[in-house]
Amino acid sequence: MKTRLMSVIALIAVLSPPAAAQGPAPKGAPKELRVGIVTLLSGPASSTFGIPAKKAADAWVEKINEAGGIGGVKVVPVLTDEAGPGDKVVAEFRRLAADEKVDLVIGYISSANCVAVPAVAEELRLLTVLFDCGTTRVFEEAKYKYVFRTAAHTGIDGIGAARYLLAAKPDVKTIAGLNQDYAWGRDSWEIFSRALRKLKPDVQVVETLWPKLFQGDLSAEISKLLTAKPDVIFHSLWGTDLASVNSQGRVRGLFRQSLVVHNNSAFLFKEFRDLPDGFVVGFRGTHWPEVPDPARNPLQREFVERCTKKFGEPCGSPHGSYHMVQALQGVKTAYEKAIKATGRWPSADDVVRAFEYLEFDSPSGRIAMAVGGGHQAIEDSLYGTVKLDAQRNQNVLTSVRVFPAKCVNPPDGVKTLDWIDQGFRGAQCP
Amino acid sequence: MVIVRALMGLALFLVVPPFLPEWITFLLTLAWAKALAVLGVVLLLRGGLLTFGHALYYAVGAYTAGFAVKFLGVHEGLVVLVLAVVTGATTSALLGLLLARYRGVHFGLLNLAFSMVLYAILLKFYAVTGGTDGLRLPTPLLAGIKPPPQSLRLTIYYVTVVLTALLLYVAHRFTASPLGYTLRAVRDNEVRVEYMGASVRQAIYCSYIVAGVLASVGGVLAGFSVGHIVPEVSFWTQSGEFVFVALLGGTGSVVAPIAGSIVFEFVRNYAFKYSPYTWQMTLGIVLLIIIFFLPGGLWSLTGLARRWGFATRRWTR
Repeated sequence: MKTRLMSVIALIAVLSPPAAAQGPAPKGAPKELRVGIVTLLSGPASSTFGIPAKKAADAWVEKINEAGGIGGVKVVPVLTDEAGPGDKVVAEFRRLAADEKVDLVIGYISSANCVAVPAVAEELRLLTVLFDCGTTRVFEEAKYKYVFRTAAHTGIDGIGAARYLLAAKPDVKTIAGLNQDYAWGRDSWEIFSRALRKLKPDVQVVETLWPKLFQGDLSAEISKLLTAKPDVIFHSLWGTDLASVNSQGRVRGLFRQSLVVHNNSAFLFKEFRDLPDGFVVGFRGTHWPEVPDPARNPLQREFVERCTKKFGEPCGSPHGSYHMVQALQGVKTAYEKAIKATGRWPSADDVVRAFEYLEFDSPSGRIAMAVGGGHQAIEDSLYGTVKLDAQRNQNVLTSVRVFPAKCVNPPDGVKTLDWIDQGFRGAQCP
Repeated sequence: MVIVRALMGLALFLVVPPFLPEWITFLLTLAWAKALAVLGVVLLLRGGLLTFGHALYYAVGAYTAGFAVKFLGVHEGLVVLVLAVVTGATTSALLGLLLARYRGVHFGLLNLAFSMVLYAILLKFYAVTGGTDGLRLPTPLLAGIKPPPQSLRLTIYYVTVVLTALLLYVAHRFTASPLGYTLRAVRDNEVRVEYMGASVRQAIYCSYIVAGVLASVGGVLAGFSVGHIVPEVSFWTQSGEFVFVALLGGTGSVVAPIAGSIVFEFVRNYAFKYSPYTWQMTLGIVLLIIIFFLPGGLWSLTGLARRWGFATRRWTR
């Protein structure tokens, strides 16, 4: 009885027309496109980066499948946790390839994993799209064939911060750094301070503090900053450290004394209302529900609407969610371009060829895979100042500035730090 | 007889892998490499010494490889292994001078302290060590030959297994040597050992160096198989994992760490597969079950089998 019922259901499923109209799948197309999605599902970085990215993936894969999938083939996500030691992350990547038989992998928030995984991807010839990690090392230190990064590296955050600062506070004399003592913190400070001192050589660094990662209590650091009285404090804190510099700094007058610049919007959208007045924040690209303008960018409008409908709010936090959608859009565009070029279902090598120097549309605007030999995306850099709107009694983002990608990214083949030291040769700024 | 059985087991690990999926071979490689560090912990445990910092030597090995490749331009895997033996032996010989004086919780925590000092150094000297982003370890040469890509994994696997097996044999001989027996006696009664005229300090010091070298070689092998090293290899959770796997496998034999290590890697990987959100909990529960029902570790299963086998034979006779 039960089996008969099942076969009737199966028959209905087979006979019913596909949900959306897209041309038939090309020759040699598989039944489904299996996409390994690796993001932080546990641990301290999951709340603001990992889970929002996962939510965005859910919402956007649903959208892609409703429209008929990629090249007429349904996308099936295979989700795994990025947390854990490095050897485990590599083992898990290999398992995705061999056991889950994924066609490609989208993943990695931690920069360490973005340095570790590419060599394995090359060995297995598995198309791998790094979606969120920031380190400049990936394509500046090595060349890969099967590895792409559809988000800009952290160069745009430091250079964007320096440019924004000079526009917002042209008379800045002294700066201080407050960055977590690990690779991302060190990179962030290095790029920002070098860029600023190149643009305005008389700026002095009065304090550089390196609190431990997830130290939580930053009262000692805040005391030092209050005594040093820098015009500007630059920090790249996230997680519990961002929360404590905001809460402890606010009551102790840190934000009244100095202009505080934060480079990576490590908060949930709903936490925006609690940010201190006058806080300058960078979004690691144009990743904000109002920028790019939803009225002009239909994908942006659809992304915000879809997430709001599905989760009751935009998908979590700025860069995790937008970066994930960029990766999915990049993969979709590359596959479709490869299908058009070859006239059949493309091999990994065909997709790689189509992906190199690709340009595609996304909720974050048009993304160009312009550097790293066509494997690394460049993005515009968005900075703004948090202001309390007294009438509406809520925070708004004011003095918004978008620096075009070519203004904050070095040209293809030039390393970020070299480019800064050479005085941003060839930068195209408005 | 024991040797014959061990060789039969080894033959199994040599014959089967070409027929296994690639990722399982990788897990096995990792398990065998880490088993060396676990073996170090087990050796010390036989002397009643519990170390919570053995990842120190594992990290010394891994970063010896990292620095040899990055700064000395050494790509020959065998040279790197020799270097790791030297650095592992030097570090453990130096620290051993101090640590061999301590017992019990002092020994455990001082080891932990030194491993965390190394962790902090690896973290802080960002320009040299790559900080938390770590160092890449490109595929090594083997006796001057670059292994072809299609047989790369198997090559690394065989090198790891053969080398580990050799070191297991060395460790086995070590435990059966007068020094090894002295170490066991130390666990039972240190004062008596001294009265018998054997040197407790010498026994502990030598074992400490052997344990350090084993972990250092394990670090190189694991580093090359993963292709990337991060300071977490020296973090206390890594040491904790080694102690855990040592207890999981049991301390009854030098082969036990292999069993423990393989079971651990597979449980962890399948926990990832079947419960991406709660893998930590799954791992914890499985390991708790093993501890509750097999307090002597997995190795006690062989004892059970022997007892039953013996009983059956007597009964049939």
